[in-house]
Amino acid sequence: MRLTELSAAELAKAIRNGETTSKDVTAAFINRIEQKNKGLNAFVSKEFDLALKAAGEYDKIPAGNSKRSSPLFGVPIALKDNMCEQGTKVTCCSKILENFIAPYDAAVVEKLKEAGMPILGKSNMDEFAMGSSTENSVYGPSLNPWDKQRIPGGSSGGSAVAVAAGLAPVALGSDTGGSIRQPASCCGVVGLKPTYGRVSRYGLVAFASSLDQIGPFARNIEDTAALLRVIAGYDPKDSTSIKEEVPDYSAFLNKSIKGMKIAIPKEYLGRGGLAPDVSGSIKSAIEIYQKLGAEFGEVSLPHTEYCLATYYIIATAEASSNLARYDGVHYGYRNKEAKTLSEMYSSTRAEGFGDEVKRRIMLGTYVLSAGYYDAYYLKAQKVRTLIKRDFDNVFKNYDCLLTPTAPTPAFKLGEKIADPIQMYLSDIFTISVNLAGVPGISIQGGFSKEKLPIGIQLIGKPFKEGELFKLAYAYEQAALWTKFRPPETV
Amino acid sequence: MITRKDVEHAAKLSQLKFGEEELNRLTKQLEDIIGFVDKLAELNTDGIEPTSSVIPVVNVTREDAVKPSFDREQALSNAPEKEMGHYKIPKIME
Repeated sequence: MRLTELSAAELAKAIRNGETTSKDVTAAFINRIEQKNKGLNAFVSKEFDLALKAAGEYDKIPAGNSKRSSPLFGVPIALKDNMCEQGTKVTCCSKILENFIAPYDAAVVEKLKEAGMPILGKSNMDEFAMGSSTENSVYGPSLNPWDKQRIPGGSSGGSAVAVAAGLAPVALGSDTGGSIRQPASCCGVVGLKPTYGRVSRYGLVAFASSLDQIGPFARNIEDTAALLRVIAGYDPKDSTSIKEEVPDYSAFLNKSIKGMKIAIPKEYLGRGGLAPDVSGSIKSAIEIYQKLGAEFGEVSLPHTEYCLATYYIIATAEASSNLARYDGVHYGYRNKEAKTLSEMYSSTRAEGFGDEVKRRIMLGTYVLSAGYYDAYYLKAQKVRTLIKRDFDNVFKNYDCLLTPTAPTPAFKLGEKIADPIQMYLSDIFTISVNLAGVPGISIQGGFSKEKLPIGIQLIGKPFKEGELFKLAYAYEQAALWTKFRPPETV
Repeated sequence: MITRKDVEHAAKLSQLKFGEEELNRLTKQLEDIIGFVDKLAELNTDGIEPTSSVIPVVNVTREDAVKPSFDREQALSNAPEKEMGHYKIPKIME
């Protein structure tokens, strides 16, 4: 069997047992990226020399050294292009950061280095993580390995493609309104958005600071759990990270789920636009869970219909403020013809940002501007309170919620790019999770008639990622969707 | 209802600029999006506290101690233009 077909846990085990080395594993993935990336556009910058050098150094660490105790020691990883890695290019797939070299490591990158995980390169994304298809990337879209006419989801589409197509065993993404879970669903892999505050955002390029969270992509639950263990934890450099112990998430796998209570929110399944194959995958998941001994109940999240509007006010308001820093002075692209400072600012930003980013900066500026602040921004923050309460109420009686991840399987390239609201609707089932700050995971839930993957989402209580892994693992082992892989035609 | 004038004002506040055609397109798109988010107005939120963060945000303080940080060269390493250890910008006045 090829090394690139093994799971991250299997690779770590083989390295631990001396059957292979981190360098050989890293070289195998590099070789596969060289063969396949041209057809998929998953990686936008390759860091092969650095990765091989790091792997060689990890291999020299003697057996028994505590560094080797990391669950994924030696296993290479892909990083979304919005996380700082010292000395390497980080562009957010935007022209405005085209030449930016990170002067420091993000907290998660420090943790990957401590855990002995070589970084293969940066993966494609919608510019500044704004989008649901990677079509907003300055490098062009990534392609879905199940059907190259289709989008891979977004914004962390490159990370999802890299893992689905075996260009990386695991990857990191970031999720502000579904940017890990929706691409995981489109590409048939696992993607987790942890509880807000579980993973440090230090060194993650900010989009909407009260919603952003970094999380893992993997081909199965075991690898997802192992990678969360590596990146989670309190960080004094991020005042929104929480002092909460990081459990050994692998201890939650392979446990009985008998008697666990799963809620089905009626507003999610009742809405129009839900593809029949997607509701079918929820029905079959309910059947499997019932056989495993879980109990179900229907619940209401009454403010569901207000989530998307609330999200697009809060996220764009925060973005308009966060993206004010791209001014052509400190870093990034600058229009060099401008004669005055004010002209330099506006021409730099007009030329450096793409259409969707500008649209969101404009919307965010508008909802924060004098005369509109109370009606839009403050109003949305109040509705956010109501949305969060909906979740608190459900979790008084249930362990988790089961929902679709996205309303449809992956759509066609170009299908929604001209209609922002249609594109925003791709995240209808994922954004509420960010607004409430709770953890959500997308796992493989089957396939559509066109043989496209369908994701199902489990949403849990704050800091109860372990319970999500327990439920997700039980389903994964019973349903066996993970044995299907994308066709090798690319 | 968002007008072309509102869009021009927001562009100024955002330090962005747009061509005529772009402004027309953007006005239409923002009108659609604002029409969509106006849905929130139908909800009664009297007496509801706003949520700016889902976690209790508290001021974090630390000892006022000198620690290693970027030197001048590192801080300027990504500057589009620099001169004599400073960021260089175009004229700030006409």
